[in-house]
Amino acid sequence: MAGSIDHEIALGAVDERQSLPILGHIHEWVVTVDHKRLGIMYIAGGLFFFLVAGLQAATIRLQLAVPDAGIVPPQVFNRLLTMHGTAMVFLVGMPILTGFFNYLVPLMVGATDLAFPRLNSFGFWLWLFGAMLLYFSYIGGDGLYGAGTAPDVGWFAYAPLTERPFSRGNSTDYWILSIFLTSVGSTATAINIIATAFSMRCKGMTLNKMPVLAWLAVVVAFMMLIALPPLSAAQAMLLLDRYLGAHFFDTQAGGSALLWQHFFWIFGHPEVYILVIPAFAFASEIIPVFSRKVIFGYQVMVAASIAIAFISLGVWAHHMFAVGMTPAGNAFFATSTMLVGVPTGIKIFNWLGTIWGGKIRLRVPMLFSLGFLFQFLIAGLTGIMLAVAPFDWQLTDTYFVVAHFHYVLIGAIVFMIFAAIYYWFPKATGRMLSERLGKWHFWLFLIGFHLTFDPLHFAGLRGMPRRIYTYQPGRGLEAINLIASIGAVVQAVAVLIFVINVLRSLIAGEEAGPDPWDAWTLEWSTASPPPEYNFAVAPEVRSRRPLWDRKHPEDPDWLYE
Amino acid sequence: MAAANAITAPATESWVLPARGRVGILCLILTESAFFSIFVAAYIFYVGKSLSGPYPREVLSAPILNTVCLLSSSITIVFAVRALRAGNTRTFGLWWLVTLLLGLEFMGGTALEWHRLIYWEGFTIRTNLFGTTYYSLVGLHALHVTIGLIMILIVMAFTVSGHMSERHAERTELLSWYWHFVDAVWVVVFLTVYVIGR
Repeated sequence: MAGSIDHEIALGAVDERQSLPILGHIHEWVVTVDHKRLGIMYIAGGLFFFLVAGLQAATIRLQLAVPDAGIVPPQVFNRLLTMHGTAMVFLVGMPILTGFFNYLVPLMVGATDLAFPRLNSFGFWLWLFGAMLLYFSYIGGDGLYGAGTAPDVGWFAYAPLTERPFSRGNSTDYWILSIFLTSVGSTATAINIIATAFSMRCKGMTLNKMPVLAWLAVVVAFMMLIALPPLSAAQAMLLLDRYLGAHFFDTQAGGSALLWQHFFWIFGHPEVYILVIPAFAFASEIIPVFSRKVIFGYQVMVAASIAIAFISLGVWAHHMFAVGMTPAGNAFFATSTMLVGVPTGIKIFNWLGTIWGGKIRLRVPMLFSLGFLFQFLIAGLTGIMLAVAPFDWQLTDTYFVVAHFHYVLIGAIVFMIFAAIYYWFPKATGRMLSERLGKWHFWLFLIGFHLTFDPLHFAGLRGMPRRIYTYQPGRGLEAINLIASIGAVVQAVAVLIFVINVLRSLIAGEEAGPDPWDAWTLEWSTASPPPEYNFAVAPEVRSRRPLWDRKHPEDPDWLYE
Repeated sequence: MAAANAITAPATESWVLPARGRVGILCLILTESAFFSIFVAAYIFYVGKSLSGPYPREVLSAPILNTVCLLSSSITIVFAVRALRAGNTRTFGLWWLVTLLLGLEFMGGTALEWHRLIYWEGFTIRTNLFGTTYYSLVGLHALHVTIGLIMILIVMAFTVSGHMSERHAERTELLSWYWHFVDAVWVVVFLTVYVIGR
C-alpha cells in the first residue's frame, strides 16, 4: 500500500503546509533549498526588477518623446539609462532565465533536486542582496557631497570614466560590487546545472535523450563559467584602481582604457548568448508541443547551440570597431561575427521544420514563440549589418544599435520569457493563465514593441546618437521619437494586463491538472505544482518523449530513435 | 490505454553516472581558470609598459624554494589521499601534515618576499604598472593558496580529533583536486612573472 500513499502525497492530498501561519510560510520560503521554490523566487524577483527597470525605460522614453523636453536633468538621465541597462541584464534577464533552469532542469531529467541544493540557495540569496545593493545606491550612493547617487557610467562602464578622478563618490563602487555578487550567484547556478545534467539524470536518460532545454541549459552554464569571470576580474581590477591606487585602467600611468573594453566585451558578447540561448531552449520545448510534432533535428539543434557558444567567445571586438583596430583585427572579428549566423540560421530552419506540416495550436505560448521567430530573424539580420566594419563605423553608438539589441533582448528574449511563463505557469502554480487576457497581452505587446523599436532603426540611420538626454527640433527625429514613446506606453499597458492576468490566476485561475498541454517531457508527469520530492516513483525513460511513450504504449518513440 | 498491444521495452542495463562532486569541482576549476587567465593576460599586456622604475629585473628574484615546496605538496597530498582510501588514517595524517607545512612554507616565503619589496624597496601596488600587475596576480594566487590551506587545516583538525576515515576519501580527493589546480596556476604565474615578465 505504500505506493498508493506516496501517490496521494504526490497529488497534494496530504499537505501539512496548509495549516502553517503566515510567518511560518515566509520562514519556509527563506530557509528552503528546494529547486522549485528557489526557481520561483528567482523568477518573481526578476519580474519585480523588470517592472522597476521598465518604469525607468518609460521615463527615458518620456524625456525623449519631444525635443528639448525637461522632464529629467542630464545627470538623472545618465543614471536612468545606466540603471535600466544594468538591471535588465543582471537583475532581470539572468535571474529569470536561471530561475527557469532551476525549476525545470531537475524535473526534466527526472531528478529530485539540483545536485547541490544548499549551494543553490546560497547563490539565490547572493543574487538577491547584490540586486538590492544596486538599487540601494539611490539612497546610499553619495559618499561625497554632490557627487551623485546611482551609477551613471553606462552599463558597460568604460574606463577611464570609472576611475577615481572622474567618478567621485561611491556610485561606481555600487555598480562593481552588486554585479560582482550577482555574478558569483550565477556561477553557483551554473555549476549546479552542469552537475545535475551530468550526474542526476534518471535511469535510461542518456545524454542523447535529454530534453533540448536541459541540453541548452548545460551550454549556457558552461558559457557562464567561462564568460562571467572576465567581468568579475575586470571589476576587481577597477576596484584595486579605485581604492588601492593601482593603474590597470589609469591612462596617466601608462594603463590602457582599451583593456577594459576588451575585458568587458569578452564577457559582454557571450552574455548576449547566455541570455538568448535560454530563449532558444524555451522555443525548442514549446514549438514542438504546439505543433504536435517531434522537434526537427534534435542533434543538430544541440550541436548548433554548442557551435554558437564556441563562436560567441571569439567575436567580442565587434563592439569595438570604432576604437580603431588593425585591418586584420577588423576582418577577423567581422568574419567570426558573421559566422554566428550559420548555426543560428540552422536553428531557425529547424524550428520552421518543426512547425511545417504540424497541427498548430495557436495558444498564447505559441503566439509568443511565433513572434520570437520573426523578430529574432530581423535582429539577426541587423546584427549581420553591424558586423560589417565600415557600416558599424557609420552607425556605432547610434539608435540603430539600440534598436538592434532591443530586438534581441525584447523581441526574442522577453517574448520567449512570456511564452515560457504562459507555458509553465500551470505547472508551477497548478492554475492556468487566462487565454483571453493572454491574447490581449500578446497583441498589445507585439504592437507596442514594433511601434517603439522599428522607427528607432531610422532614428539611428539619421544619426541620432544613443545616450543623449535630449535632441533639437528640425532634424527629422521628432515623429520617430514620438511614435517610439507611444509604443512604450502600449507596451506598458500590455505588461499591466500580464500582471493582472497573473494575479487573477493565482486567486481564481482554472485548475490546470498535471498535463494541460498534452506535452511529452517529464515535468508534466507529476502533479501541478509538483511535490517537494518531484516524483513519487523515480522515473525511467527510453526516448526523448517519455510521456508520449506512456500515453501511446502501442507506438512508443524508442522504436524509432 | 491499449495495454493489449503495448510493446514491452527492453530493460535498461546498469545506470552509472559521474559523481556530482567531481563534476562540481571540475566546473569550479574551469571558472577559476577563466578568472586567472584575465589577470595573466593583463600582466603580459603590461610587461615593459611601466613609465617609471623599479623594473622586474631590478627587484625580483625567482622563488625557487617556494616553488619546489608548493609543487611537492601536490605529490604529498596524493600520498595522503591514497593512504586514506586504503583506510590507513595514521599515514594519511602524516602526509596531510607535510602538505600543510609545505603550503605554509610557500605562504611564509611569499610574505618575506612582499616584506622585502614593500618595506625595503618601497615598491607597492601604486608604484607603477609592474607593481599593479605583480601584486594583483601573485596576490590573487596567494589568496587561493590561503583558501586551500584553510580547508586543509580544517581536515587536519578532524584528523587530530580522530574523525577522518575511509568514507571521507572521496571528499578529500576533491579538495586535493583544488590543491592541484592551485599548484598548476602557480606554474603559470611563475612563468609569467619570473620568466616572461623579467
